[in-house]
Amino acid sequence: MSEAMNVYPEVTTSHAVHHDEHHVHHHKETFITKYIFSQDHKTIGKQFLITGIIWAIIGGLFSVLFRLQLGYPDQTFPILETFFGKWARGGQIQPEFYYALITIHGTVLVFFVLTAGLSGTFANILIPLQIGARDMASPFLNMLSYWFFFMASVVMFSSLFITTGPASGGWTVYPPLSALGQALEGSKLGMDLWLISMALFVVSSLLGGLNYISTILNMRTKGMSMTRMPLTIWAMFFTAVLGVLSFPVLLSGAILLLFDRNLGTSFYLSDIVVNGEILPNEGGSAILFQHLFWFLGHPEVYIILLPAMGMVSEILSVNSRKPIFGYMAMLGSLFAICILAFLVWAHHMFVTGLNPFLGSIFVLLTLLIAVPSAIKVFNWLTTLWRGNIRFTPATLFAIGFVSLFISGGLTGIFLGNSTIDIHLHDTMFVVAHFHIVMGVASMFGMFAGVYHWFPKMFGRYLNSTLGYIHFWVTMVGAYLIFWPMHYQGLAGMPRRYLDKSSWVSFTQFGELDKMITIVSIIVFAVQLMFVFNFFYSIFKGRKVTTTNPWGANTLEWTTPIRPGHGNWEGEIPEVHRWAYDYGKDGREFIPQTEPIGENESKH
Amino acid sequence: MQTFFIVAILVLGFLITFQIAKASEYVAVLRGEEKARKQTNRINAFMLLMFLIIGLIGVYYCNEKLKGKILGTPASDHGVLIDRMLYITLAITFVVFIITQVALFWFSFKYQHSDKRKAYYYPHNNKLELIWTVVPAIALTVLVGFGIFYWFKITGKAPKNAMEVEVIGSQFKWEYRYPGKDKIFGKKYYKKTDEAKANPLGQLWDDPANHDDIYIAGDALHLVVNKPVRMIINAKDVIHDVGLAHFRMKMDAVPGTPTTMWFTPTKTTKQMIEETGNPDFVYEISCDQMCGKGHTGMRGTIIVETQEELDAWLAGKKPQYLAANPDKDPSVKKDTTAAVKPVAAVMNQ
Ligand code: HEM
Ligand SMILES: [Cu+2]
Ligand SMILES: [Cu+2]
Repeated sequence: MSEAMNVYPEVTTSHAVHHDEHHVHHHKETFITKYIFSQDHKTIGKQFLITGIIWAIIGGLFSVLFRLQLGYPDQTFPILETFFGKWARGGQIQPEFYYALITIHGTVLVFFVLTAGLSGTFANILIPLQIGARDMASPFLNMLSYWFFFMASVVMFSSLFITTGPASGGWTVYPPLSALGQALEGSKLGMDLWLISMALFVVSSLLGGLNYISTILNMRTKGMSMTRMPLTIWAMFFTAVLGVLSFPVLLSGAILLLFDRNLGTSFYLSDIVVNGEILPNEGGSAILFQHLFWFLGHPEVYIILLPAMGMVSEILSVNSRKPIFGYMAMLGSLFAICILAFLVWAHHMFVTGLNPFLGSIFVLLTLLIAVPSAIKVFNWLTTLWRGNIRFTPATLFAIGFVSLFISGGLTGIFLGNSTIDIHLHDTMFVVAHFHIVMGVASMFGMFAGVYHWFPKMFGRYLNSTLGYIHFWVTMVGAYLIFWPMHYQGLAGMPRRYLDKSSWVSFTQFGELDKMITIVSIIVFAVQLMFVFNFFYSIFKGRKVTTTNPWGANTLEWTTPIRPGHGNWEGEIPEVHRWAYDYGKDGREFIPQTEPIGENESKH
Repeated sequence: MQTFFIVAILVLGFLITFQIAKASEYVAVLRGEEKARKQTNRINAFMLLMFLIIGLIGVYYCNEKLKGKILGTPASDHGVLIDRMLYITLAITFVVFIITQVALFWFSFKYQHSDKRKAYYYPHNNKLELIWTVVPAIALTVLVGFGIFYWFKITGKAPKNAMEVEVIGSQFKWEYRYPGKDKIFGKKYYKKTDEAKANPLGQLWDDPANHDDIYIAGDALHLVVNKPVRMIINAKDVIHDVGLAHFRMKMDAVPGTPTTMWFTPTKTTKQMIEETGNPDFVYEISCDQMCGKGHTGMRGTIIVETQEELDAWLAGKKPQYLAANPDKDPSVKKDTTAAVKPVAAVMNQ
């Protein structure tokens, strides 16, 4: 990468100067401008985080409810009827309710928690702090990004309370099911609200993403060339690129679906007789939606994963007191994943009647994506090798992430192979695969990030004993829940079945389902403990007393313990080296701001 | 009441944990943070190692417990290929799994913080990186090679002697159609669908190919052992999926866009009953694509039998044409009882 890519914010934008003034004059901030309609990237990041946490609790609670059904299909829970009325008539989760629960669980965890809550939080907090900028390129659009997310949340949340219930055709909302109110209660008003909510969400992530990209490209401090950026920033960059290029496709898919639903068009509908009613639509293609959906859907899984990968790289390096191994290879593999992520979407559609030849191309491209994934794993392993590792809760979550990513990545190789996917598609195997590789792994990345940067966000530490308990229970629990689930899938047990009692082939896992349910409840309880730890520590946690508690090289630790709006009090520091000089020349760590010494060794 | 106790216990457990956690923070400060930190470091390193060991034992135990429950040997020719591909992949990924997980946790344990060690400054090594780009690439090429080879076999053209049967999904049932003696399915048009007029599939009666087509509902689909079958799959309302776990096959049923799939069943239902030792054994069609509130119960069954048995069974069925056009049915004039009428016609009365 050439030096020409350096763009010095001091020179190119008046922005930094502008904020300096802000800082100096210390203009009057009201509660509203400081905490609610704030344009400070750090506050916006926290808003994303807290909103994400709230959604995670809701999504997690839903999973406990439907796990109760799966583990104990013939037991009644009167308390459910108390809370949910007709949806849990007689204390039994009704099918419509079950499907609403899984749909909203999937939607909010994928989009609201692991997209907005993850990249929204850490892109906002880390980008300016780690590249040395006073704020985002456009703080105002950044604020709008949060508020669009907030509106999306409000719409989605309100859909939970309408009489016909929220969307319930699965988070993938395939039409015609999602297009026809006659076919499913949740496809009535609930589905319109779902689509509107997602449209708002897309706007939010576009505003955010464009901002992240332009900030990274234009506002790096002096000396911060692209290849000196920490891998967190690279990961956020590729995440934003993925989002900006793929979310519009989802939006278009959603809009066409809205048309089909409300304006009588036939984009996705053809030859339909539903409940004896003959619909006039002819010539549409139900499969078209799946192409549009997965053109976002597959990049989306990497939108979720990449920020976690970036943070894990950073945290593993800092805490093993060693440089990340193969920085350029890490970067290259991020890039390769980013490109390939756009070229594999049809691996979700091998058995839709897709042309077999096309299918084979997608097999090839899909398995190709395993190569950069493997490179990353080996590089993380080598980063740990001969390190001097400190097991902070963040480190543990990062190690857990690597373990889960390996397990889930390997099952991806089964599914990416169309031959095996014929048998495994739409079974519990897929559920196990994506929960391990994406759901839990990215959650681990997010936890690692929260534990690691909490001191920067709030000037206090999270309680680490609770952190260790949180880690160990979640780690053991995640494997107990999802590892045996693969066997259900190997037995061909379909996903989205709420009661297997009418089947001959799928009744052999009753005990297993009970075990999984019990473990899920325990794991959920421990997440609540984490949430408690989080809010408690914001106010009562042990105070941070040094600016650089982890002995890290990156710029965020050169700011005051509780940085104000504008981040650095004086000038923005200049950068002289990459972010990973740990253990070099016998020195524990060398911050990026330190000029290269006379006789410093080269790497 | 029970729920109340559970909640109370959880809250209590939580409070205790929290108090301990808070106390340990104070103790750490009292005893000197550095010392406390080192101790927790050692504990966590040890736990990571234990996690690896117990985890691997757990993997073994899980496999011992569950491997007998994953449907046994495949009951179709394609199923054999699919299972073989599965086991090849399993072998390769298992080796990778063991190597990487052991390395991960072993390194974590071995290189836990120690005052005596200095971390080794090791930013990159092009040779190593090349190796672990090339080796996975080769392994994956092998997998892709096998995979695509089998895939084309499975999705290729059905053999000439294949029997054909139409499978139609709708909320929440499966219906079937056999082409009859002429081996040609008559034309359909969905707007002609009319259950009241005994035309659940929208068959066009002026197409003579329809006159001998046999419609089956509320009954098992019958197939012939060792005879390839080509399914023409369709849906009336939303997307469904014909999932055949024992044959290891699967294909979506999409309204408006028919799909096909073929395979050869290799074991009769009777054989499977013996093999599994389960007198209730039956091949099931599971709907594998979320299709509405009855998705869970969208079950069909298949009976695999000999050609003679199938012929005998079909001989007892009447073409739907006659049910829809009773005036064309010679037997109706002779006033036969309803029992011989095709099932659907009975259901639709
Ligand atoms: C080695 C790399 C991977 C391969 C080869 C792979 C392959 C696949 C394939 C083929 C499917 C479709 C299976 C089916 O529906 O029949 C799938 C599903 C899925 N994968 Fe992966 N995957 C890989 C890694 C990942 C990663 C890294 C993530 C997330 C960060 C991920 C998330 C998902 C999700 C969410 C689904 C399920 C979507 C749904 O149907 O609801 N996968 N994967
Ligand atoms: Cu994918
Ligand atoms: Cu279904």
